[in-house]
Amino acid sequence: MKEDQIVATEKSEWKPRIIAFLCNWCSYAGADLAGISRLQYPPNVRVIRVPCSGRVNPYFIIKSLQHGVDGVLVSGCHPGDCHYISGNLVARRRFAILKRILEFVGIEKGRVQFSWISAAEGERFSQVIKEITQEIKALGPNKKFVKEI
Amino acid sequence: MPDNEKQLREVAEKLLIDKKVDLIIGYEKGTLPLRTRPTFIREPEETKRLVWNSRCENNLSFYLKTVKEKVGIVAKGCDSRSIVGLIKESQVKRGDIFIIGVPCPGIIDKKKIEDILDGRELLEGVESDSQILLKAEGFEETLDKDKLLHASCRSCRHRNPVLYDTLVGKEISQPQTDEYSDVEEFASKQDNERWAYFNDETSRCIRCYACRNVCPACYCPQCFVDQSLPTWFDRTPHLSDTLIFHIIRTLHTAGRCVDCGACSRVCPMNVELRMLNKKTEKDVKELYGYEAGTNLEELPPMATFKIDDPQEFIK
Repeated sequence: MKEDQIVATEKSEWKPRIIAFLCNWCSYAGADLAGISRLQYPPNVRVIRVPCSGRVNPYFIIKSLQHGVDGVLVSGCHPGDCHYISGNLVARRRFAILKRILEFVGIEKGRVQFSWISAAEGERFSQVIKEITQEIKALGPNKKFVKEI
Repeated sequence: MPDNEKQLREVAEKLLIDKKVDLIIGYEKGTLPLRTRPTFIREPEETKRLVWNSRCENNLSFYLKTVKEKVGIVAKGCDSRSIVGLIKESQVKRGDIFIIGVPCPGIIDKKKIEDILDGRELLEGVESDSQILLKAEGFEETLDKDKLLHASCRSCRHRNPVLYDTLVGKEISQPQTDEYSDVEEFASKQDNERWAYFNDETSRCIRCYACRNVCPACYCPQCFVDQSLPTWFDRTPHLSDTLIFHIIRTLHTAGRCVDCGACSRVCPMNVELRMLNKKTEKDVKELYGYEAGTNLEELPPMATFKIDDPQEFIK
């Protein structure tokens, strides 16, 4: 295969890498349910289990982008269902500001995503992963913030 | 303004004589023309050093973090908002400080004067009510103060202190300004244009952390950029690291920044830091209806929540 052909195939087969911070009590269990229910969803997500969506420091999200991840998902319990009563509600304010500021700086809309998924929503989990994988695929590789040394 | 200066000295002198405070933090004449500097006064007779004019640029509330005695502090509108923030966050006790409020019609931006002088050395400057006279070698010009105001002062909505024990002079009128017109205009640009702008601005940053060091809202014993076990944050002048430093700092001061402009004034590389801070200030106001440092009761927005906070961005 010629070099430009290789580049072309690589491009058409480009798969985004997505990091998902899932809260232990809802979204992680939701992902687990999707698994044991044998639901299919794109294999582009790397899951990191966190105790609560409130544990996710905005810097985790930015640092992921800096390391060359193409998309970040943070998922937690629905408002009112937090294991720690209000962790997700405090996180919600933090993420609202973070999302706005990232978009203001020029990061594409959709690069950083948030969702509420409960432990009973395995179906929804696979749906959300499908949606965001498609959205991030459409955006293409993450170039901004990436630190190339 | 000269009347206010006289009154300020009297108030400060009386406070020290009556032993209501141990220390007065104010401004005195600097060594260069048209400059002032912070001053710390313990003796009543020294209060004649105090000055008040439109070059008193420092946000003195910054020093409250380090003093441990009863302090009288000269506070402009923005400074008083910083003080409210510090009281709210339990960094100072309301009972330990005596706020000498001064209504402020705006501070002159020394960088604008430097631009006008274009490399010439300022030999003399005379300030009157609405104008300022600049004298340099082979150069003399009278300028309107309005044109030299700091960007933060142009959009200021709290010229009069929000919290004070005594007010020097009379409250001044508050012009209605379009506070966020700069941010809105900038936000309407394309993603890539904005990205290029921020890259351009932060590429000048030398990571001296002067903006953090001067900020009244930055008082963590160890800043996130200084942590070394583990080293969370890369200490390189790489564009990515620099921009992220500024973004995270903005997030840390979200809902706490009062736009006093100290960070912009102190920046040796003239990085325009205001755009990010102002944007966050606007977001906090839009989303949670909160304006930093305007009252002592409301909880800081990032430390609290409401069950029906906006969440249209969450899937």
